[in-house]
Amino acid sequence: MRVMRGIPASRGIAIGPAFRFKETEVRIERNRVADPSTEIGRLETALKQARQELAAVLAKARTETDAGTASIFEAHAMMLEDPDFLAGIRDKINTEALSAEASVADETEKYAGKLEAMKDEYLRARAADIRDVGMRLVRILLQVAGSPTEGLDQPAIILARDLTPSATISLDKSLVLGFCTALGGPTAHVAILARELGLPAVVGIGEGILSISDACPLIVDGSEGTLVVEPDAATLAAKRSQATVLAQKGSQSRKRAGEPAITRDGHRVEVVANIGNVEGAKSALDAGAEGVGLLRTEFLFLERAHMPDEEEQYQAYRKILDIFGRLPVILRTLDIGGDKELPYLNLPKEMNPFLGLRGVRLCLAMPEIFKPQLRAALRAGVDRGLKLMLPMVATVAEVRAARRILDECRSELAAEGQPAAQEIEMGIMVEVPAAAIMVDRLASEVDFFSIGTNDLSQYTMAAERTGGSVSALADAFQPAVLRLVRDVVRAAHPRGKWVGMCGELAGEPLAIPLLLGLGLDELSMNPPAIPLAKEVLRGLTLGEARLAADAALEMESSEAVRKWLEGKYPP
Amino acid sequence: MPEITLTVQHKTGLHARPAAMFVKTANQYKSVIKVRHGEREANAKSIMGILTLGATQGAVVKVQAEGEDAEQALAGLRDLVESNFGEQP
Repeated sequence: MRVMRGIPASRGIAIGPAFRFKETEVRIERNRVADPSTEIGRLETALKQARQELAAVLAKARTETDAGTASIFEAHAMMLEDPDFLAGIRDKINTEALSAEASVADETEKYAGKLEAMKDEYLRARAADIRDVGMRLVRILLQVAGSPTEGLDQPAIILARDLTPSATISLDKSLVLGFCTALGGPTAHVAILARELGLPAVVGIGEGILSISDACPLIVDGSEGTLVVEPDAATLAAKRSQATVLAQKGSQSRKRAGEPAITRDGHRVEVVANIGNVEGAKSALDAGAEGVGLLRTEFLFLERAHMPDEEEQYQAYRKILDIFGRLPVILRTLDIGGDKELPYLNLPKEMNPFLGLRGVRLCLAMPEIFKPQLRAALRAGVDRGLKLMLPMVATVAEVRAARRILDECRSELAAEGQPAAQEIEMGIMVEVPAAAIMVDRLASEVDFFSIGTNDLSQYTMAAERTGGSVSALADAFQPAVLRLVRDVVRAAHPRGKWVGMCGELAGEPLAIPLLLGLGLDELSMNPPAIPLAKEVLRGLTLGEARLAADAALEMESSEAVRKWLEGKYPP
Repeated sequence: MPEITLTVQHKTGLHARPAAMFVKTANQYKSVIKVRHGEREANAKSIMGILTLGATQGAVVKVQAEGEDAEQALAGLRDLVESNFGEQP
């Protein structure tokens, strides 16, 4: 038995045989051809076939998936009609006497390369689409035999280096139990599709999965992000019962999603959502969110050429606040820097962006960004449940400086006769260890704390969490991180301040007994995680959870904490 | 040669659905239509060309048409962009 770890991309457990997605190895000869007109003829025939194939794929996408996936293939079909692309290929054949396939490959790379060089993340991802179209033509031209799924005749777990949109859609979904890929992150095409289809997926496991042979027994756990190869009988039995329970719990918890999460001994924990746009707000309400614990505002700022002005921000915030009426919505002020940059700010490159000018540091350094956001928020918050939260706070002085700017905005608005929210709570994210340690001093400056476990883990463990060989260290189950969480609650509660958590740990069913026991008042998570989190809370008592937390805090490793929790609270 | 200047208000910019609509509209005319965004130039009838313009929200593009239906082509593209590609702004 072997356990491999990757990035959890879509929840659920699948048990079944492996199926290696056959990668079409193509060798393109770059010899000169004797007769370019023959090549032109081959190209035209291939184009015709590619158009027919794509029409079939498009029809399939329209019936099986939402409009987003179908529109990818509409774009592919347009690329096959693109006059410049086709003229470029014909031109290469005629002037350089290159084969049709070499010409297609060259032209494809020309456009894909241009897109890859763009700053805009969306456009960079389009390079994959252009290559997908180009490969389709090359494959047809070379008559590469067999489809990538030849031999897939029973339900299986698909293993692949990476999956292009064409490859994913062409799969017969009744034969797919789950996906595992060597490359890719949580936003890869396959991750998005797996979530749409409700199939478990783990991505970024590494090249190791490519040596697993067909039919080898596997277990994919898309919640944990693990792939078990040749599981032993005990593991198999355990995962099977987990899978059954998950399925039952899933349907049961969805039925009760709208009810509050009250433990068996009557303690209520607020369960709220992390969202980043209007669509998220709607799905959060549907999932049973009691408000928003983290409204990321970056969506307004990313992927565009200019900064959004105050009015645009006001409209966007108001739209989201309106959806929640008087329910609490915690707006986190702009958290740029680190891995998120805004091209239009032209900030100098930093050696260690995660330790640089990011979050509230950047906002305090650039009031021309901070003030319009605060003004827009204050205006949008009138008669709504708005609260504000500052990211990346490390010192008391930062909170005071932010408050001064907030007060300035308020008096400006008053002078202009603009309505603005008056009594709004302001809190901070606890993600820098310094803040966690200084909660007793920070408590007099803020109304609440919300622990961001992703960054708190990476800063506490000095291990980057985005890929890299040390990302496993940056685990929120590390006793060091859990002890900081305990200290935050211990310092905040006696000073009358509530503590929430909005990192990924908050939505992790395995962690919920600990978080309840550690005394968190609010848990904020991605909307799909809400029904199950509430159901887990309903099955616990505060008393037993406290004992569980005490025990976990004494352990020496994250593995030990997880293992112990898995034994005590089998999913 | 007639030329117009347009500002892309759509939140997606000239990508995805707006890019596809732009190319489809351009294809309804016989004229040769060029689009410029900063230093980049593309054929309005080429989806790959339009994508590589990198015209995000707020981008100002110049459109130039040459041919018997040049004026109609420019008017058609202007309507499309100014109607925010048929969506609520």
